[in-house]
Amino acid sequence: MSPTSLLEDLFAYPFMVNAFQAGTIVAVAAGAIGWFMVQRRQSFAGHTLAVIGFPGAAAATWLGSNPAVGYFVACIGGALIIAALPHAGHIGGETGGVGEESAVIGTVQAFALAAGFLFVSLYQGFLSGLNNLLFGTITGVTTSQVQMLAVAGIASLTLLAVIARPLLFATIDPAVAASRGIPVRAVSGAFLVLLGVAAAGTSQVTGSLLVFALLVAPAATAVRLTARPDLGIALSVAIALMVTWAGEAIAYFSPYPIGFWVTSIAFAAFLAASAVSALRERRGRRRQRRTKEAVA
Amino acid sequence: MTAPAASVPAAAWILSQPYMQNAFLAGTAVALLAGLVGYFVVLRGQVFAGDALSHAAYTGALAALAAGVDIRLGLFAATVGIGFALGFFGGRGAADDVVIGTTFSWILGLGVFFLSIFTSNSATGNGAANVRVLFGSILGISTATAQAEAWTAAGLILVLLAIARPLLYASIDPAGAAARGVPVRILGPFFLALVGAVAATASQLVGALLVFGLLAAPPAAARRLTSRPWTAFWLAGAFAVAAVWAGLLATYYVPVLPASFTLVAAATVEYAAAAAAGPLVRAAARRPARAARQSESLAPAKIRGSDPVTRRDRPAAVEREAD
Repeated sequence: MSPTSLLEDLFAYPFMVNAFQAGTIVAVAAGAIGWFMVQRRQSFAGHTLAVIGFPGAAAATWLGSNPAVGYFVACIGGALIIAALPHAGHIGGETGGVGEESAVIGTVQAFALAAGFLFVSLYQGFLSGLNNLLFGTITGVTTSQVQMLAVAGIASLTLLAVIARPLLFATIDPAVAASRGIPVRAVSGAFLVLLGVAAAGTSQVTGSLLVFALLVAPAATAVRLTARPDLGIALSVAIALMVTWAGEAIAYFSPYPIGFWVTSIAFAAFLAASAVSALRERRGRRRQRRTKEAVA
Repeated sequence: MTAPAASVPAAAWILSQPYMQNAFLAGTAVALLAGLVGYFVVLRGQVFAGDALSHAAYTGALAALAAGVDIRLGLFAATVGIGFALGFFGGRGAADDVVIGTTFSWILGLGVFFLSIFTSNSATGNGAANVRVLFGSILGISTATAQAEAWTAAGLILVLLAIARPLLYASIDPAGAAARGVPVRILGPFFLALVGAVAATASQLVGALLVFGLLAAPPAAARRLTSRPWTAFWLAGAFAVAAVWAGLLATYYVPVLPASFTLVAAATVEYAAAAAAGPLVRAAARRPARAARQSESLAPAKIRGSDPVTRRDRPAAVEREAD
């Protein structure tokens, strides 16, 4: 099969065009916002927000409205609540963190999933829809959903561009940033809302449980390859696009679902970058030792 | 939480239903286990590792379904194996959240892969089995399964009680425990393997995604109410059991609510209530202690000066002396 006929085949159905448009918008937003999230060590906050999106989408389906609305309302609402809590910046910070705090996050996640399950069982005959909400689908993206994603994507990227510099400053050194007059709390709150938008959008491609594949893995891969912010964000977006496009295309031609392909490709990219950075580190250490020996 | 006095016969009638007997038998044993183990999970700050293990439970269960073997084989092999590996290679807090998160979202993705193999292979394999693995079916288990669950839970509780003392010491003061000859390096992976076994056991009742409601919420609630380790430990078990009982009663009286939801909701309510009542309870518990201390004014200054925040982090031996 020639490449052109392969592409023709791929886009023969409108649902695939929708899926690719949605995937492209989501990948750009998730790649950029995800880069800041990884720098701020808030990846579990992103995961929690995505999980909170699940009952939102399930409730929207049960009430007969667009699940995309449910995702956005629940994720942005969740972000606003987390931002209003004290110590908002630390939620989901370090691994495990303080036992108490991560236990609260775990409780919130379990309750959100249980509530989503409640709405799914209230809306009977929705069993395959449950999998789509949790693990993603390529066939379910509607045109109105793509339009909503486009609006949300452009709005969130514009806001990100506006707060990018103070956000980066506040991320690297909050104390100095605050002393320079940057409203650290407001910037962190605004970022959490952006994260909510990104989590809601990503959930519509990968499902609520697999958002790490687009929101975290591409950014983490980029961070391992370069320390420069501009290059890192560009690389993160590029990897997210590659993961999404490849995942959707392979899912179309294979019998296995998109959730499996997207997570596998993202994980492979992350492993490769980790190997590269480990090699680089070792080479750097060897060079250091050699110069030390030469000096001696 | 308990049925009103007038409905005592009704409560007895609930227990005469075989499916409710099974649910109460398995639910009580597994809840006690989850609450007790959960206390150490929260104490050691390993909640996300526990979260990851419940994801592994999903993949293990679906791999077993796809291969056509007993689901429990896949569950325990995946969770115990990954728990041990996590404890052995990860070290405590060494692997960062990005690594854990990315790895475990891939493991979940692998679960979806097994799911599609399973659903395309078997004519009867519809979404129901998948939903059962994700969200559990405490009301749908057979008597044999309930008994197996109860025996497994009882055995795991005995294992936990056998290692509880050194584990508490190693959790609070790893260096001190190591110096006293506690095998800290083996205890860590062993404990995570135990958490894996708990996730495998509990996921058959409440589902892989909701294990967390029993593993994290009751211990977090208990820790809000008391700073004494053993009191919190047993209270966590009691809270988990209470959550299961309350959840089962709620789903019985309001059948439109699925059992998995009412169980987790009950545990969440417990935590919210404990978080609200915590400061009051702790203040009340402190008052008699302070009064006693003031009466014996010859008490050493070091102990008199100890505030509840630092007291929480001290080993049980010191705790007992202080009180």
